[in-house]
Amino acid sequence: MSKREPDKNIMRMHAQEKIIKTLLQTFSAVSIFVTIGIVVTLLWETLGFLREVSVFEFLFTTKWTPTLAPKHFGVLPIVVGTMMIALLSSIVSIPVGLGSAIYLSEFAPAKVRKVIKPILEILAGIPSIVYGFFALNFITPFLRGFFPEIEVFNALSAAIAVGIMTMPMVASLSEDAMKAVPKALREGAYALGATKLEVALNVVLPAAISNVISSFVLAISRAIGETMIVAIAAGANSTLTFNPLHSIQTMTGYMVNISMGDIQHGSVEYKTVFAVGLLLFLMTLLMNILARHIVSRYREEY
Amino acid sequence: MKGIYVEMENNMPVSKKTSSNLKSRKLLSKVFEGFFFLAIAFGILMLVLLLTNVVKTGLGWLSLDFITSLPSRFPKKAGIYSALVGSIWVMGLTFLFAFPLGVGTAIYLEEYSDKKKWFNNVLQVNIANLAGVPSIVYGILGLAVFVRLLAFERSILSGALTLALLILPVIIVSSQEALKAVPNELRHGSYALGVSKWLTITGVVLPYAMPGILTGTILAMSRAMGEAAPLIIVGAAGYIAFLPRSIMDSFTVLPIQIFNWTSRPQDEFQNIAAAGILVLLVLLLTANATAIFLRNKYEK
Repeated sequence: MSKREPDKNIMRMHAQEKIIKTLLQTFSAVSIFVTIGIVVTLLWETLGFLREVSVFEFLFTTKWTPTLAPKHFGVLPIVVGTMMIALLSSIVSIPVGLGSAIYLSEFAPAKVRKVIKPILEILAGIPSIVYGFFALNFITPFLRGFFPEIEVFNALSAAIAVGIMTMPMVASLSEDAMKAVPKALREGAYALGATKLEVALNVVLPAAISNVISSFVLAISRAIGETMIVAIAAGANSTLTFNPLHSIQTMTGYMVNISMGDIQHGSVEYKTVFAVGLLLFLMTLLMNILARHIVSRYREEY
Repeated sequence: MKGIYVEMENNMPVSKKTSSNLKSRKLLSKVFEGFFFLAIAFGILMLVLLLTNVVKTGLGWLSLDFITSLPSRFPKKAGIYSALVGSIWVMGLTFLFAFPLGVGTAIYLEEYSDKKKWFNNVLQVNIANLAGVPSIVYGILGLAVFVRLLAFERSILSGALTLALLILPVIIVSSQEALKAVPNELRHGSYALGVSKWLTITGVVLPYAMPGILTGTILAMSRAMGEAAPLIIVGAAGYIAFLPRSIMDSFTVLPIQIFNWTSRPQDEFQNIAAAGILVLLVLLLTANATAIFLRNKYEK
């Protein structure tokens, strides 16, 4: 009898292993269901929305007043608002982030790096609500010194805050890419008499360029999806404007504004959140796929 | 050799010219080093300005009363107690959902899955994509699924489930990194002793990977703690004058309370918003410092 016991144990062990594997597999399926859930809910309510509003009105007209009679559902003004924030913020995040990355990777002494890297991590870890407060209470009053006509809520100060927030991401992703360039390439260039600047710009940067550019795209994608900064500092003006000193509304800002009020479940206003959300989801998804494509397509292998 | 030597001697002006060219190139390099340093300095300056602005505006309003009072229409009496307690409830519940799911998924992907199978590739790409989805979109998902479909209403439960899904990809990816760093020799040694796969994972692999997993989890949790957008969509309130008693109660959290105060025109509300930010930042910095401490202590 005692001979059979180990068998039983092993059988039980195998059964247990199988159960555990199935359980863990189920866990990992949750992330698939999240994606399916996002796509299905966005599509479902958007289809309901498009039964009441034509696709043409939604995508190609320029009046967005879903809560005011007469209601208009042309999404372009808030898309332009989002684009304005994304582009203006990249004027801050890309040069500053790239400059920081080049300095950290090619110029900074080890001691300086050790101090500065954690500072960038802190900057990246500050919640967007705090940047929103900073934009409203510091950046806007500061800008008023240069542009007296600037409105209390305006696109420019929100965009600058978004740029400061996304800058550490550009810096750390680009720096990682530049650090990964083999030392031999640098030494070869130094041996030919190149200066530090020439090595950085003509050797290291071209070698890391795919990851550097993908970090730019990711920063713009983050800026498109950024919500609290624009909800606080950019305003809620959904008329079409290209003036960054004016109050604007972004897609995310609209969703926050409408959710702060009482909206009836099933009403057109309720469905606009999903339609705008779908548009936002598709825009950021495209940018993220583009970023990954750039990395895999143009990677230099060493 | 001799010829070259002579040639160089004869062309002294040329060699002088290259040396002056080197000088200007080196100067240019120094100038640009200055520019690149300015970029870093700009980042540091912004952090300093941001912190001094918040401290200057809020420190005078930060007191024990502020932390232990409920919100009020009068800024002098308003406090952050209900938001603080709400944040603790939401974060605790978020952790309960996200940690087992995230670590479980990472264990499956790293220890069990056959990486050649298409399904596991889809899983991995899907997780990378989810990490790039804007947080507000998770709020829309939470609104449709948790608030409406499952009828959890605008409760702590709905908010915590939404945030759990939001930070799930972060926890998965950082746990995967931690598991990848466990040397294979440890697994093989355990198998050689006849230990089963699961017992090897719980007894050998996980203890070794735990500091890395915890660091990633703390960073993910501190991100969730600062999030306001998805919870606004899910329907967290801006004004809650009571403490939650169950996970089905309506709630507010620190960032939403701060947002509520920031959007009021009166100056005093900007002051208490800044005081609220100070409370939030102290909590987040403590969490991040713990994470960095863990990383440095166990990283070898």
